[in-house]
Amino acid sequence: VNFMGYRRRNGSVGTRNHVLVFPTVICASSVADMISRAVPGTVSVTHPHGCGHLGKEKEHIIKTMAGFCSHPNVAGVLLVGLGCELITPELIAGEIAKTGQRFEILSIQAEGGTNATVEKGKVLAAGLLEEAAAAGREPVDISELIIGTNCGGSDTLSGLTANPAVGVAADILVTEGGTVLLTETPEMIGAEDALGRRVADEGIEKRIREITSATEALAKRAGVDIRTSEPSPGNKEGGLTTLEEKSLGAVLKGGTSTVRQVVDYAEKPAEKGLIIMDGPAHDAVSNTGMIASGAQVIVFTTGRGTPLGAPIAPVIKVSSNSGIYRRMKDNIDINAGDILDGEASIKTIGERIFGEIIEVASGKLTKAEMLGHNEFAIHSLGLSV
Amino acid sequence: VSLSALVLHKNDNVATAVRPLESGDSIDVEVADCAVKIVLLQSIPFGHKFALRDIGRGERIIKYGETIGQATASIKKGEHVHLHNVEGLRGRGDRP
Repeated sequence: VNFMGYRRRNGSVGTRNHVLVFPTVICASSVADMISRAVPGTVSVTHPHGCGHLGKEKEHIIKTMAGFCSHPNVAGVLLVGLGCELITPELIAGEIAKTGQRFEILSIQAEGGTNATVEKGKVLAAGLLEEAAAAGREPVDISELIIGTNCGGSDTLSGLTANPAVGVAADILVTEGGTVLLTETPEMIGAEDALGRRVADEGIEKRIREITSATEALAKRAGVDIRTSEPSPGNKEGGLTTLEEKSLGAVLKGGTSTVRQVVDYAEKPAEKGLIIMDGPAHDAVSNTGMIASGAQVIVFTTGRGTPLGAPIAPVIKVSSNSGIYRRMKDNIDINAGDILDGEASIKTIGERIFGEIIEVASGKLTKAEMLGHNEFAIHSLGLSV
Repeated sequence: VSLSALVLHKNDNVATAVRPLESGDSIDVEVADCAVKIVLLQSIPFGHKFALRDIGRGERIIKYGETIGQATASIKKGEHVHLHNVEGLRGRGDRP
């Protein structure tokens, strides 16, 4: 199975051809946004990071920013900084240069203020756009595709319709040689046996138990009972009884294939097939991490409905019930609620999702893209001062 | 045809209502391709669970073929299964 992708100089493949204007520090966020607004066709993000990070957190933020900026969905990136920050454009440029990524850098203090930086940024961004326009799509084998799976605003039906249907699509993709990321470690607590029974080696099972234990320990250290928020009050009202039940419904998104590797947040998998990425359950944070890990398309299930998108990767939204699909039709791409209406089987919807993944990877816009949803958030390890 | 309840794995001892169900309703569910009839002892809200067989206190509650918790009271076939008679075994912030 092929899709139509953009082959980059380093051999990686993009499903989009974005020019990204990226602030490496919050102080450059507005300037990056001004440049992006002035040059239609570019995309920008805002975030609160770039300064005051200690040790491991610094490395973690750099890895995430570098993974995002060197992503194959990005044809070129304009890195914008202030000048006195910890994470400078030069630092990120040094990282992404290793991947052969096309970049330009700009600092507000060196340029002499907002207006001068925006003026120069407009010229640089327009230049990157012109270069990007020369890239074209070509047939690419599906083994080059990494999809990220996610769920948010879940309801009790998510684990019955949308998640198992995405699991069917995930299994097809893995069978065809592609890669699927499963994340949201808090929603793996209680699903270790289900996941641990199908691992490539014992070390992976051990690692799965380590990351869920670490999440349980984190809640305990904070002096909270994780069960007061997981399942959430809304989840419980909807019929979800325990953390385990929520987790077992959530991990269905990854399908039923063998777990090949467990990677850290924003770490690139060395294997193909089903990969677990350790990370939090925050929707935008997990999307950002999976994209930084290399996911070129995200598939996102929802029961209560969410508009969430991502700045450089398409997000395909799958609803668990027909009611929310009808109410939020401008946000949702595929309705798995048909399963309950007796109109389609899980397998049929799963195959439909797989078809949609190929079309979206080949250029079809998702609802989130049409509406301009660009939510972006980096996981914080809590080591910033 | 609209479904009433779903059973996800042959080992499950609970089913999930996919529309609101009334006490006294006789519900057809499919367990491992076999049709099973359950008479509900209580009303079951949309998305909530009921027992497919009698479950003893301390017995595991099985959904997706996996343990989702254990019964804190004995539960009769057709009874509502939720927070009042089930406790999770993980993330126990109340235990050292």
